[in-house]
Amino acid sequence: MSPAHYVFLAVILFVIGAVGVLVRRNAILVFMSVELMLNACNLAFVAFARMHGNLDGQVVAFFVMVVAAAEVVVGLAILMAIYRARKSASVDDANLLKY
Amino acid sequence: MTTLAATGVFRYSWLLLAFPVFGAGVLLLGGRRTNKWGHLLGVLMSLASLVYGFIAFFTLLGQSGAGRSQDLHMYSWIPVAGFQANIGLLIDPLSISFVLLITGVGSLILIYAVAYMAHDPERRRFFAYLNLFIASMLLLVLSDNYLGLYVGWEGVGLASYLLIGFWQFKPTAAVAAKKAFIANRVGDAGLSLAIMLMFAEFGTFNFTGVFDQAKSGGSGVATALGLLLLLGACGKSAQVPLQSWLLDAMEGPTPVSALIHAATMVTAGVYLIVRSNPIFNDAPTAQLAVTVVGAVTLLFGAIIGCAKDDIKKALAGSTMSQIGYMTLAAGLGPAGYVFAIAHLLAHGFFKAGLFLGAGSVLHGMDDEVNMRRYGGLRKLLPITFVTFGLGYLAIIGIPPFSGFFTKDSIIDAAWEKGGTSGWILAACAIIGAGITAFYMSRVMLMTYFGPKRWEENGVIGGAGANPPFTEAERHIPHPHESPLLMTVPMILLAVGSVGAGWFLIVNYRFADFLAPVVGLPPDQHGIWTWPGIIALILVVFGVGIAWAMYGRVPVLATAPRGSVLTRAARADLYGDAFNESVLMRPGQWLTRLSVYFDSRGVDGLVNGLAATIGGTSGRVRRLQNGFVRSYALSMLIGAVLLLAGLLVVRL
Repeated sequence: MSPAHYVFLAVILFVIGAVGVLVRRNAILVFMSVELMLNACNLAFVAFARMHGNLDGQVVAFFVMVVAAAEVVVGLAILMAIYRARKSASVDDANLLKY
Repeated sequence: MTTLAATGVFRYSWLLLAFPVFGAGVLLLGGRRTNKWGHLLGVLMSLASLVYGFIAFFTLLGQSGAGRSQDLHMYSWIPVAGFQANIGLLIDPLSISFVLLITGVGSLILIYAVAYMAHDPERRRFFAYLNLFIASMLLLVLSDNYLGLYVGWEGVGLASYLLIGFWQFKPTAAVAAKKAFIANRVGDAGLSLAIMLMFAEFGTFNFTGVFDQAKSGGSGVATALGLLLLLGACGKSAQVPLQSWLLDAMEGPTPVSALIHAATMVTAGVYLIVRSNPIFNDAPTAQLAVTVVGAVTLLFGAIIGCAKDDIKKALAGSTMSQIGYMTLAAGLGPAGYVFAIAHLLAHGFFKAGLFLGAGSVLHGMDDEVNMRRYGGLRKLLPITFVTFGLGYLAIIGIPPFSGFFTKDSIIDAAWEKGGTSGWILAACAIIGAGITAFYMSRVMLMTYFGPKRWEENGVIGGAGANPPFTEAERHIPHPHESPLLMTVPMILLAVGSVGAGWFLIVNYRFADFLAPVVGLPPDQHGIWTWPGIIALILVVFGVGIAWAMYGRVPVLATAPRGSVLTRAARADLYGDAFNESVLMRPGQWLTRLSVYFDSRGVDGLVNGLAATIGGTSGRVRRLQNGFVRSYALSMLIGAVLLLAGLLVVRL
């Protein structure tokens, strides 16, 4: 399998994640879609690192994982707080911060 | 003319200024505590200056040659490298003549005012202002440089403003004060420009420095200086075209009208021209302008004086006219300077006397100023009648009263100027003499002769009353002679009206006295000259016409409509209308246009821009709708566009 297949897979995963973020209302699912996009990026990084023959992309993939883990911690905590207050996890209900 | 440093008595010339300044300071700062004796202090300070003036005068007579001109350096006001502005006093024949006029007539009028203003609660303030005026006027005539003169010039302007508006509870008085101040500012701008020009051209303000260099400075500079000084003189001396303020200035108390707006301040313009004689001698164009202004004003004032029913305004028209004579004489060069000053001094006596007489009539008639409500007062106010009558004979120029000598000298000097301009000027002066006789006879006849019109018509009056009387409060007055404090100054001024002209003119006394400052008149002539006799014949005609119109037939209680000329003269020959339509209205339009342009143009641009940005952002704001998913979509679109852009650039 050539590395290009990995890149195509990454693109497919990214599009699935992006569509998920845009169409799902449940915050948990949005989160999961975001993770999917991040991991699609990771896959692309690793694939490109392999194609170019250096380790830079793999290093970045580790960073992305760390940041994603930290982001999930903060994001889920906020989600919990919102759910307790509103009894709802829909991102469309939390729309008070606007014009 | 050379000037010596002051010696002897002259080293104390600053006392002349110090007395009235002290008086004004104590009265203004002391406030109500000085109410009881304030007027006495005011009179005393003026008298002290008069005494010192006499001492200086007689000491000056004892000197000869250069000793007749003594300069007292007081202190350096603004010493900056090459620029030296000093305060110094110059005692010479010209300034000492003015000192005696100002302190002499001033003291008499202050004494008069003690009684005239006795019932005014603000008498102390009145005397403070008068002392301020005397101090400023003395600085004006005594200063040895133009900058000091300018300080005095502004000081008398301030005093004049304060005193015209002394009864400021009357809107008319407050407006008149403002009008006088503003009209004077126009003239003052001319004087200040002249001083700036002097500094730019000569680098000095001192009379000696300026006059020395004016001779070598070329006629262009001299002409410019002369015209600017003339503008200054026009403002202060109420000459055409800046004449409009003087008639309204009669809103002030009568002693003010007598001292400031007849005898002294309004003649400051003549002093300025005569003092600057070396400049004018080099500038024939400026001299011609001076004579034209004088001739126009003397007819202008005389015509206005003919139509006014307000006794003080009739006299104010006369003042304007007489100063026109002085200005005319001052424009004639060395031939006229001395007669300008001689007429000025004589006028100081008889016009102050006439105004004090008018004040005495006002005092008896409960402040009624309308002459159509007077009549038959000669028996009731005998002293006023006699002193006013002597002033009357002096102003119309009946020999041997003072106006005859001084005014005829001016007419002769104009006559001898020769050429077309000399003929026209002399003709104006002679016709003016005839009109003077007419309007002064009119005042005399309406006031002192005929039936007692006040008995049937009553008076309104109340010049200083607060609140003012109204038409409904018309009452019958009880005319009575004024107290001694008022009649004695009138008598003394009447003596001056009778004798001053003869004393000054006969034997060339005054001409020889002033010669070191202004030069000798080239021609000396006798008392009886053809122009003088023609003027005298016209004077008799003028008196006759006045008698035919106001003596032989009864004076109507209300003014008839009158001819076109009468109506024009009543409206001050449309001087106010002219100022209003030519200067004021266009000015208002200009400001309105500027305001419109500012609010619609400048502000409109700025406000419009702000409103556009505000409105746009108000609409763009709607994009921020709070839905996370739409934000995500816009981010995605943005990222895709960015990527597409990069790819397009790359390919």
